[in-house]
Amino acid sequence: MSMLTFEKKYRVRGGTLLGGDLFDFWIGPFWVGFFGVTTAFFASLGTGLLIYGAAIGPTWNIWQISIAPPDLSYGLALAPMQEGGLWQVITICATLAFASWAMRQVEISRKLGMGLHIPFAFSFAVLAYVTLVIVRPVLLGAWGHGFPYGILSHLDWVSNVGYQFLHFHYNPAHMIAVTFFFTTALALSMHGSLILMATDPREGETVKTGEHENTFFRDDIGYSIGALGIHRLGVFVAISAAFWSAVCIVISGPFWTRGWPEWWNWWLELPVWY
Amino acid sequence: MKIFTMKLFASTAAIAALLLSGCDLPPQETVQRGYRGTGMEAVYSPEALEEIIAANQVPAAIPAVSSEGPKAADIYQNVEVLGHLSVGEFTRLMAAITQWVSPDQGCNYCHVPGEGFEQDTLYTKKVARVMIAMTQNANQSWGAHVGGAGVTCYTCHRGNNVPEQVWTIGVPPRHASGHVHQMQNVAHQESSVFASLPIDPFTPYLLEDGVARDQGNTALPQGHEASIQSTEHIYSLMMHYSDALGVNCTHCHNSRAFGSWEESNSERVKAWHGQQMVKQMNNEYINPTNAWLPAYRQGPLGDAQKVNCATCHQGAYQPLLGANMLADYPNLGSLAPAPTDLVEEAMDVMEEMVEDAVEAIEEMESASLEQDDSASGEAH
Repeated sequence: MSMLTFEKKYRVRGGTLLGGDLFDFWIGPFWVGFFGVTTAFFASLGTGLLIYGAAIGPTWNIWQISIAPPDLSYGLALAPMQEGGLWQVITICATLAFASWAMRQVEISRKLGMGLHIPFAFSFAVLAYVTLVIVRPVLLGAWGHGFPYGILSHLDWVSNVGYQFLHFHYNPAHMIAVTFFFTTALALSMHGSLILMATDPREGETVKTGEHENTFFRDDIGYSIGALGIHRLGVFVAISAAFWSAVCIVISGPFWTRGWPEWWNWWLELPVWY
Repeated sequence: MKIFTMKLFASTAAIAALLLSGCDLPPQETVQRGYRGTGMEAVYSPEALEEIIAANQVPAAIPAVSSEGPKAADIYQNVEVLGHLSVGEFTRLMAAITQWVSPDQGCNYCHVPGEGFEQDTLYTKKVARVMIAMTQNANQSWGAHVGGAGVTCYTCHRGNNVPEQVWTIGVPPRHASGHVHQMQNVAHQESSVFASLPIDPFTPYLLEDGVARDQGNTALPQGHEASIQSTEHIYSLMMHYSDALGVNCTHCHNSRAFGSWEESNSERVKAWHGQQMVKQMNNEYINPTNAWLPAYRQGPLGDAQKVNCATCHQGAYQPLLGANMLADYPNLGSLAPAPTDLVEEAMDVMEEMVEDAVEAIEEMESASLEQDDSASGEAH
């Protein structure tokens, strides 16, 4: 793996949260660290168990492999391995692997004297996962409320959970989350095209600067958010999408048990017009 | 700045309190409806379950009486649908029906005091006769839907003259002239379970012969056509099914393939028979009573108040939570025996023979059609 010559300059010791100097070294371009070791351990174990689950399952078809959570009757207890226990262990591995990765990001940020923006943003993705397979199942009282680990089976789960509430598009937090996802895509596409426009000039022309970028958007929509601003906006819309996704699923069931269209009756029944 | 922060905090707390006030707080009751991990589940708040249980209690039965002795038809005049009952059974059922349907008005809801019981003066008596036959027919012919528990007058009436949840053919709300109202996007409609979906999903599927089957059988479009309009009608009807039974779509379906019977729960078969049963009730029993009905028992288009899933189920997955009330009132379990007139009997036998022959021919035809279908490789 190639490395820019000046990168060695940033290879500084220290900044670790756990393990002190023990794992404070590099393998090739990768810094190891205590949380690097735990990430590798839990990710490998979890992946191995997924493959084991596929091996004892009915199919090797990559689309159809599915590791399902236990029956609701097990509640929050442990289930036998082949009846959802595997899902439980994989869930623990995945959660610890994701959390380790976030801590690894913290350690590297500390090493480089950076802010914690990266682990902060990544934590929202972890939050969404943890909400789906831990927080909501605990609130509903059974691990069986988690989603199955399978390419198609988890989509079938999403579909059925939506139909548990008759029409999920009426879930207000789902509306907000979807809006943020689309906005993220819009902002990223506008920003990406702007950067390509500036840095990939046609033949014979030079690379453009920030002045060109700002002028384009001022001419186009009357305002340019600027080179720093676009990244602040990006992180806001992206983590908002993940945050509201977590909200929209955690309220479905634990805090609302009827069809989502009916939820809006509070608006229709405001004393203003009702 | 500090005041602004405090105001912001106070208003956020107020909004949060407002949003939470309509919510059900955990823990909830959950029911698994499919293989683990499919997400086929139902979630109930304990409070809602208590309400459903309280609203679906069976009233105490009147002590049973002997079926021996003279028949009602021999003692009373103009007894059409209950003539085969003993006088004791007949009187007991009349008393029960009074409790179930007109506890406040008593016998006089159907009979005029001072006039003979045989008189059909009041429309309510004529309708009651048809409704009794409808109930008997449901128990006799629709075991595929009501089997195990059966239905009585109380299943729907619950002490009301007219069941609380009935429907009439929908009319559009006020709208601009010269503009066809699509009967959807109407706020606060229980019939569409408060969604923007069509507000009269009943007429096409519970009165007319609409077939609720719009999903294609192939992953990619291959000539299957279904309009958004009819798809939304079906969605609305299915939301009504769910709402009426206090369940959700996954009670019957695995939503990855709504149309697949193999992946559906057996309740879907029951629901299908229920749709056919309700259609027959509306067309063959309720609509013919319309000529007798006063305007206040009719809808805006002058049609009779009809049956849908909610009429019996009233929020329970089985009406009265599956209590077998029919066991206490077996007289409602089957239609009165056919008249024993010899000529009529002979006619019936002949009719049956003709029907059997027609059926046999149709079966042969459809069998050969199926062969044709499979030969051309067309999937249904």
